[in-house]
Amino acid sequence: MAAWILEQVQLRWMEQKMNNSKLAISLTAITLGMLGLAFASKPLYDTFCRVTGFGGTTRVAEKAPERVDDRRVDVRFDANVADVPLKFRPLQSSFPIQLGEHGLAFYEVTNSSNSDLEVIASYNVTPHKAGRFFNKLECFCFEERLIKAGETKKLPVVFFVDPEMTDVRNMGDVRTITLSYTFFQTGAFPGAANTASYD
Amino acid sequence: MPMDQVAVDHGHDAHDHKPGFFTRWFFSTNHKDIGTLYLVFALVAGIIGYALSGLIRWELAEPGIGPLTGMMEAMYGTTGDAAIEQAKSFYNVVITYHGLIMIFFMVMPALIGGFGNWFVPLMIGAPDMAFPRMNNISFWLTVGGFFLLILSMLVPGGNGVNGFGGGWVLYPPLSAMKGHSGPSMDLLILSLHTIGIASILGAINFIVTILNMRAPGMTMHKMPLFAWSMLVTAILLLLALPVLAGALTMLLTDRNFGSQFFDPSGGGDPIMFQHLFWFFGHPEVYIMILPAFGIISHIVSTFSRKPIFGYLGMAYAMVSIGAIGFIVWAHHMYTVGMPSDMKAYFVAATMVIAVPTGIKIFSWIATMWGGSIDFEVPMVWAIGFIFLFTVGGVTGVVLANAGIDHVLHDSYYVVAHFHYVLSLGAVFGLFAGWYYWFEKMFGVKYNKSLGYWHFWTMFIGSNVLFFPQHFLGLNGMPRRYIDYADGFAMWHYWSSIGYAITLVGTLIFFVGLVEAALRRRKAEANPWGEGATTLEWTLPSPPPFHQFNELPVVKTEGGH
Repeated sequence: MAAWILEQVQLRWMEQKMNNSKLAISLTAITLGMLGLAFASKPLYDTFCRVTGFGGTTRVAEKAPERVDDRRVDVRFDANVADVPLKFRPLQSSFPIQLGEHGLAFYEVTNSSNSDLEVIASYNVTPHKAGRFFNKLECFCFEERLIKAGETKKLPVVFFVDPEMTDVRNMGDVRTITLSYTFFQTGAFPGAANTASYD
Repeated sequence: MPMDQVAVDHGHDAHDHKPGFFTRWFFSTNHKDIGTLYLVFALVAGIIGYALSGLIRWELAEPGIGPLTGMMEAMYGTTGDAAIEQAKSFYNVVITYHGLIMIFFMVMPALIGGFGNWFVPLMIGAPDMAFPRMNNISFWLTVGGFFLLILSMLVPGGNGVNGFGGGWVLYPPLSAMKGHSGPSMDLLILSLHTIGIASILGAINFIVTILNMRAPGMTMHKMPLFAWSMLVTAILLLLALPVLAGALTMLLTDRNFGSQFFDPSGGGDPIMFQHLFWFFGHPEVYIMILPAFGIISHIVSTFSRKPIFGYLGMAYAMVSIGAIGFIVWAHHMYTVGMPSDMKAYFVAATMVIAVPTGIKIFSWIATMWGGSIDFEVPMVWAIGFIFLFTVGGVTGVVLANAGIDHVLHDSYYVVAHFHYVLSLGAVFGLFAGWYYWFEKMFGVKYNKSLGYWHFWTMFIGSNVLFFPQHFLGLNGMPRRYIDYADGFAMWHYWSSIGYAITLVGTLIFFVGLVEAALRRRKAEANPWGEGATTLEWTLPSPPPFHQFNELPVVKTEGGH
C-alpha cells in the first residue's frame, strides 16, 4: 500500500514537471516571438511611414496627377549637411505652387574639401502630415553619389503636391510645406564622420 | 473570499534541514532564501540610487553649479571652467543612473524578486517555485547586471566624464556613437540585456508556478490578489522586455557594427527607438506598480478585517491595466510631431486607464468603509500609498492630454508626476509590504514606534520633496538641468529640504532594522489576527525551510 502511494506521488510529481516544462517552453516561444517582432518593427515601420507619410516621409510618384487644383501652397527649400565638408544650398528659397502642378527646384552642392566625398542625402517634409501628399518625380535622395574634390553639382527635384490634399480633413491649415534635405557621408562607420575636417 | 476556509497540516518541522551557509545563500534554490537575497540586493542598490538622488538635490538646492564642481575637482583634478563643464556632464550621468538603478535594481528586484518569490508560493500553497534552479540563475544574473551597470558608470562615457549621461530612456542619437562614443553605453546595454534575461526567466517561473502549482481547490478566482498582481506583472515582463532587448540590440549594432537602424544617414529613424522603448517602457511602469497594488489589497483587507471589496473587479482591473498598458505608449512622445489624429487616439486610450485604476482606488476605500480598522504600521503605509498614488494618478490624467503635454513635456511637472506614482507609490507599497511581512519573513518583531516614525518622516519628507516640483514644472522648469533661473530657487530649496527629511526617515528605517536584529523578539505565526486570511499566516514565522509538504486544501465555501 505504501509503495503504491509513493508511486502515485511520484507519478503526480512527474506529471507536474512535464506540465511545467511544457508551459515554460510556450512562454519562451512567446518571448522569442516578441523579440522577433521588435526586429520586424524595422521593415514594418518603414512600410508604415511610406504608406501613411508618417514623420514627413514623402512619396515617389510614377506619373503626374490627373488634375490641377486652384489651391496654392508655398513650398520652401532647406539644405543641411551632417559633418561633411560640403557647401549645400537651395537655389531658390521658396515658391508658390498649385496643387497638382509640377514644381522644379534646384539645389547646389560644392565639395569644398581636398578629397572626393561619397555622400547620400535623406529628406523629409514638414508639417509631417503633408508627407503623404508630397510626391517626387525626380530627386537625389537615398542614392550614393560621388562628389569630387572642388566639384560643384546642380541637383534637380521635380515634385507635385497631390490635389487630393484638399479632400482630406485636417489639412486645411497647410499653407506652407518645407522640403528639407540633409547630406551625410557614406562608407564611414558611425562616428568616423566626426573626424572629417570642416571648412 | 473563501480564503478563510483553509486547512493545513504541519507535519514537516521535524526534518527542516538547512544547508550550510555557502550552499544556502550562493547556490540557493529555496524561494524564501532567494526572496531574502533579492531584498538584500534591492536594499544595497536602493542605497546607491538614493545617494545619487541626494547628489541631485544637493546640487539643485541653490542656483548655480556648486557641489558637483567640487566633486569633479576631486575626481578628475580639473579646475575652473573645465570642472564646471564636467559637472554638467556628471549631473546627466547621475540622473541617468539614479533612474536606471531605482527602476531595474531596486523596485523590480524588491517587489517582484523579493516579495514575489517569498509570498507567491506561500499564498498559493506551493512547496516552492516551479523552477528553483532557474530562480537562482535569475538572481545572480540580476547581480551580474548590476555589476555591469556600476562598471559602465566607471568607464569613459565620451563627454569628458565617466558614465553615460543620456537619461534612462537611452534615446539615440545621444546613446549612439555620436552622442556617447565611450564604452560606458555598451556596458550599459549589456547590463540591461543581463537584467532583462534575468527578469524574463523570473517571469516564466512566476507564470508557471501560478498557473500550474496552486493548492488543490484554489481556482484562479480564489487566488489571493498579490498572486494575481504577480501573474499580470510576469506576463507584462514577458511581452515587454524582449522588445527592449531588440531595441537595445539594434542600438548596440548601430554603435559597433555599422548598422543604421536609428541613424537617419542610412535611412534609419531615431523616433523608431522611442516607439520601441516606450512599447516596453509603458508596461514597465505597470510592472513596477502592480505588485504594490497586490500588497496594498492584502494590507487594507487585513487591517479592515474585511475581505477585499469587489475581489473579481480588483483582479480584472489589474488585467485590464496590463492589457491597456500596451496600447498607450506614444503618450510619452507627444512632442515628436505625430499627426493630431494619432494624438487623439493616444489621449483617449490613456484616459481609459483611469477607469480600472479608479476601480482599484475606490475598492480599497470601500474595503475600509465600515471596517474595523487597525492603524498598524503596514496600514498607515498602505493608506499613505493610496493617497500619494491618487495624487500621482490625477497629474497623470493631466499629462495624458496632448495639448497640455506640449507645454509640460520634460518639465518638473512630469518629474513630480512619476515620482508620486513610483517614488511615493511603489516605494510606499514596498515599505507597506516590508512592515506587513517583516515578522513572517525574519521571525522577529520590529519596533512599532520606529515604524510609525519612519512612516511620518517619509510621508512628510517626500511630499515636501516632490509637491513643489509641480509648481516648478508649471512655471517652466525643465527636467535634467543642472542649473536654473533664480525664480525657481525657493521651491528647489524646499524640495531639497524634503530630501533631507527623507534622509532622517531612511536612517530611522535602518535603526528599526538593527533594533529588530539585536532584540530578537520572537514573532507570532499570525500577528495581525482574524483579518489576515491568506495561507502564509497559517505557517509559523519564519516559515519552515520547506513548506506544504502536504498540500493545503482550500475548501470551497458557497455564498461568497
